[in-house]
Amino acid sequence: MSMYGHVFVKNNQYKFKGQFHHLTPNTPIRNADDGWKLLGVTNPRDMTYIHSYGGEAIFFESLSQGKLLGTRCDNAGCASKGTVYIPFRTHCPDCLGKNTVIDLTDTAKKTAHVHTFMVCARSGAFNVLDKPIKFINIEFDGVQTILMSYLSLGEPAFGMKVVPIFKTGSPTFTILDLSWVPEGTTQAQLPEGFSF
Amino acid sequence: MITFSKQQLKIPKLQRPVYLVTAGQSKFDRAFPDKRTEELCIDAFTMAASLLDISPAELKRYIHTCYYGHFADHFGDQLLGESVIHDRLGLDPLGNVGVKTGGATGGSTLWEGVKAVASGYSDCALVMGWERMDEVPTDEGNFLISCAADKDWESPLGHIYTGYYAVMAQRYWQIFGKAEDSFRKTLAEIAVKHHGYARFNPFAHSPMKITVDDVLNSPVVAYPLRALDCCLMSVGAACTILCDEDTAFKLTKNSKNKPLRIWVAAGSHTLRPADRLHMDIPLLPHETADQYKDLGERFPGGERYPGFTGFLAARMAAYYSYGMAGITNPLEDLDVIELHDAFTISDVQTYEDVGLRPYGYGRDYVESGDCYHTNPHTGKPGKLPSNLSGGLIGCMHAVGATGIMQTLEVATHLWNRWAEIHGDEKRWKDFNREKPQDWTDLQVKGAKRGMAISHAGVGSHVTSTILMDPDHLIKKDA
Repeated sequence: MSMYGHVFVKNNQYKFKGQFHHLTPNTPIRNADDGWKLLGVTNPRDMTYIHSYGGEAIFFESLSQGKLLGTRCDNAGCASKGTVYIPFRTHCPDCLGKNTVIDLTDTAKKTAHVHTFMVCARSGAFNVLDKPIKFINIEFDGVQTILMSYLSLGEPAFGMKVVPIFKTGSPTFTILDLSWVPEGTTQAQLPEGFSF
Repeated sequence: MITFSKQQLKIPKLQRPVYLVTAGQSKFDRAFPDKRTEELCIDAFTMAASLLDISPAELKRYIHTCYYGHFADHFGDQLLGESVIHDRLGLDPLGNVGVKTGGATGGSTLWEGVKAVASGYSDCALVMGWERMDEVPTDEGNFLISCAADKDWESPLGHIYTGYYAVMAQRYWQIFGKAEDSFRKTLAEIAVKHHGYARFNPFAHSPMKITVDDVLNSPVVAYPLRALDCCLMSVGAACTILCDEDTAFKLTKNSKNKPLRIWVAAGSHTLRPADRLHMDIPLLPHETADQYKDLGERFPGGERYPGFTGFLAARMAAYYSYGMAGITNPLEDLDVIELHDAFTISDVQTYEDVGLRPYGYGRDYVESGDCYHTNPHTGKPGKLPSNLSGGLIGCMHAVGATGIMQTLEVATHLWNRWAEIHGDEKRWKDFNREKPQDWTDLQVKGAKRGMAISHAGVGSHVTSTILMDPDHLIKKDA
């Protein structure tokens, strides 16, 4: 049996393969300052969530293919018609009509620049990014939102021109498959598995 | 571009006056290995009863419904924790409901309690909040907190909420702070002030006598924010009792607590800062559109509102609550406030959102000395002291309890009981804490009106709670 649990969908039902949780015993918590009296107990637990991307799945799949997708409201009767969203929104927050999926890869390559940033020395448990993590928030021409992501090379600065890179080799199918590098970076400089 | 309809901008109106009659809280600390959450809630409830000079059992007889604020089920690994607390408080079979809005949970729970009494559903409601943040290691705690960001688009980026917040701080620091050393020093002074005021508060988790240099030399968490710029991760509980007029006067007739009028209003904004769309600045009663016309010229890059530098939810909560209570200028109309100082820089941002200073000039509230109990420049009382409890940086951030703790702290000033409650030798001893030799009475003399701001996430939910002495209302029909 596999060490890791895998899930697929067949006939609109989740199907499970492999091991989904690993049992670890409880241990007592005792007070070293008071005769090792019992205070509590540990409750270790290892679980796997099964999460649907729903209508956003196409966005995450496209990252692995080197494409950055956004959406746009094309409802002629909506006051927000023409508004472009990334993060990807399946529906317009104004009219709640279904948005049109659009390819923003070229727009990102030509116009992306850093709106704000943060170099973060710490992380929470289960983080897989190298520290310090360089958070950047990116503006694009013609896009009304400001996407949060991370810079893989160089030091971030306000207004800095950046270009998207995609983890097309061994993708994780998460937002971590999208990263950014300073304009002018070459393919040889990219982290393993990433391409323009 | 976001616009609001007339209906959406309607000032809320309570159907009858609501009064806060008492409040209580537990000790706050990083961990309580020897206490269950329900024991902390019982401590808070017992204190609330004692301030009315009645027994907990007697107080319980008045309660009709209960509103419980508890943000993170996964921290305590207990779903329906509200039911556990409700049972241990012996309040079955009364109706109760859990409320969760991140860091604003305490304020939102008060919001629900106020509406229950105002509508006539209940004449007396319990509002109780708590958080248990010591049942996982700190890095797992940071992971759990990061789950309050968007799970697909943000959380995988380091699983560190401070980072999601700090990109906004960076923008404010560069645009409105102009990355000046003097601005950084002002931020540090907020941390010195809040840890310092916490020294006089026996409930506080992190009392510290520190200097600006200590803050500036503390480890970087997310530049320019350092460890001493950040709020605490605490455990504890707090509660209030809300009543209609008849019940309020009955319950307080033999106590030093005067029933206080209470209003709570709420605002919201996107969970992801990425989704913030541009809009005109919603104006508070003492502001004009003209004053913001050239904001982008005075602060290049600051023309986009709310961008990453303003909290629209805080602005809207202030807008609604000021309208409800008749406040036209918070700096003039209020006597004491408690703000949600998650970080020193967000404290400054909030000064602007709630109108203590115009957008771009929040730092002046600190630099002028207005925010202190005693203005360090003049030696006279500060114009509008803030966070005399120590706030989230010095007192506590036990998430579900925070907004309620803030409200309690404001109430103690309006009751003129701050010194009695915070200076009580027995309380210091019971909490196994040493009362400082230089303990100082921070009672705001003659305080009649106050406000508490409760804030979630990167500004997803914010509530504004206004308390007033009923003999000092601004709007008679409020």
